[in-house]
Amino acid sequence: MTTTARGVDARGRAQVGARNLRTDRWWLPPAATTVGLLIFLVYGGARAFQQQYFFADERYLTPFYSPCVSLGCASEPGSAHFGMFLPDHPLIPYAALSLPFLLGFRLTCYYYRKAYYRSFWLAPAACAVPEPHAAYTGETRFPLILQNSHRYFFYVAVIVSLVNTYDAIVAFRHPTDGFVVGVGNLVLLVNVALLWCYTVSCHSCRHVMGGRLTHFSKHPVRYWLWTKISALNTRHMLFAWITLGTLILTDLYVMLVARGTITDLRLIG
Amino acid sequence: MSYTGRFRVWRGHAGGGALADFEVEVNEGEVVLDVIHRLQATQAPDLAVRWNCKAGKCGSCSAEINGQPRLLCMTRMSVFTPDEVVTVTPMRTFPVIRDLVTDVSYNYAKAREIPSFTPPIDLAPGEFRMSQADVQRSQEFRKCIECFLCQDTCHVVRDHEENKAVFAGPRFLMRVAELEMHPLDVSDRVAGVQDQHGLGRCNITKCCTEVCPEGIKITDNALIPMKERVADQRYDPLVWLGRTISRRPR
Ligand code: SF4
Ligand code: SF4
Ligand code: FES
Repeated sequence: MTTTARGVDARGRAQVGARNLRTDRWWLPPAATTVGLLIFLVYGGARAFQQQYFFADERYLTPFYSPCVSLGCASEPGSAHFGMFLPDHPLIPYAALSLPFLLGFRLTCYYYRKAYYRSFWLAPAACAVPEPHAAYTGETRFPLILQNSHRYFFYVAVIVSLVNTYDAIVAFRHPTDGFVVGVGNLVLLVNVALLWCYTVSCHSCRHVMGGRLTHFSKHPVRYWLWTKISALNTRHMLFAWITLGTLILTDLYVMLVARGTITDLRLIG
Repeated sequence: MSYTGRFRVWRGHAGGGALADFEVEVNEGEVVLDVIHRLQATQAPDLAVRWNCKAGKCGSCSAEINGQPRLLCMTRMSVFTPDEVVTVTPMRTFPVIRDLVTDVSYNYAKAREIPSFTPPIDLAPGEFRMSQADVQRSQEFRKCIECFLCQDTCHVVRDHEENKAVFAGPRFLMRVAELEMHPLDVSDRVAGVQDQHGLGRCNITKCCTEVCPEGIKITDNALIPMKERVADQRYDPLVWLGRTISRRPR
């Protein structure tokens, strides 16, 4: 078989002449996905290594620096809620404990897998559009077989979400002014609420909570949990994109306040 | 409103063929299959097309319209503008027999590879008792009309003929899921779905879900849950430990 006689051109199939006859703008979703993911990667990467402007008004810690566990966090007193022990090195993000797992969580996420297989791998770029690869084994081999570890990243992501929730709560306490509420508090709260939506709508979570059962009727509590998570799970892609946006906006807010570019409006206190 | 629509319909057989141009009357409320029938009646009496119910329930009239796998009888002409050329080809994943008719035996071969429903041996037919909550999930999969559009669109076999031997396709991976989730099926299907039916080749890109005329959430509700069950059995030391210690029924 020659290389051109692959896929839809294989022997016996209708010889149509064109590899793809779609007339809509099928290339738009994968192109938009590529742009969206690249924006997040570039912004997130730049911020993770900046090691500056991550703590504002002595109480707002950006999610990109949480938990702040580097010795470098000492430059912003009060930012390290869980101790400082990682060496302060330009190549080690201050949140080096959580960021690799969060990246792993999203990389192995069933939604993001679809997104980058389609947009970066073009396997397939859109339905009924031939992919460019000569051979295909899917997720049966190394390295893609590692996608099966997704549930472990999910477990860590739950812990990190708890840490982020803690950050959002302690942010209501100003070291000198006591209990205060600023716009930044609302920003952190909204961000953490949406992070929870993304995290618990995960397919592995759905499975662990009840999906793995065959007899729902014997496990009413887990069945109830499964139905709730299933409802969120249908919006998993939506939360995946919303949280990329809210993470950037939250971080941007903390950064701008920390730099003094904008002032955080105090609503109470 | 009636107008003269422009159509390109693939005509030929396994040895070769080409898109043929037609101009044909289109009336308000019609579907693509109506127009194909008018072509047969007026201009191309030997045009081969498979159809039965014209109600989206028999799954016979699967084809590709403007490059998209769809049912001819469920695609309304109103989704096209009157000046748009509508291209109709047979499904491009299966061998063509003639014109719009393909040989879908791959699908029947794959269906036969799945061990059938296996109830507990001590349970006689008539004694089956199940609660609705337990069968609800797999009832979604039983809406399938076996149109094989999902099989046609899945890039694993569409773009790689050689994968047909090792990949059952979304419709039949879903069938395995249906049996695996069945409260009275006692056979363990998890190893088989990965090793014999090729679930690992699915990269959850959801084209099957996109084209399913029954709106079955094949990827989210059948394929991903099966991938998670495979992970339980093969790739999760914690689950293995828990099973070994507790031995509780699922
Ligand atoms: S989700 Fe899997 S089975 Fe469905 S079309 Fe994509 S690769 Fe094929
Ligand atoms: S699952 Fe949907 S697309 Fe696939 S054969 Fe059944 S009805 Fe057709
Ligand atoms: S986070 Fe997307 S599937 Fe788990």
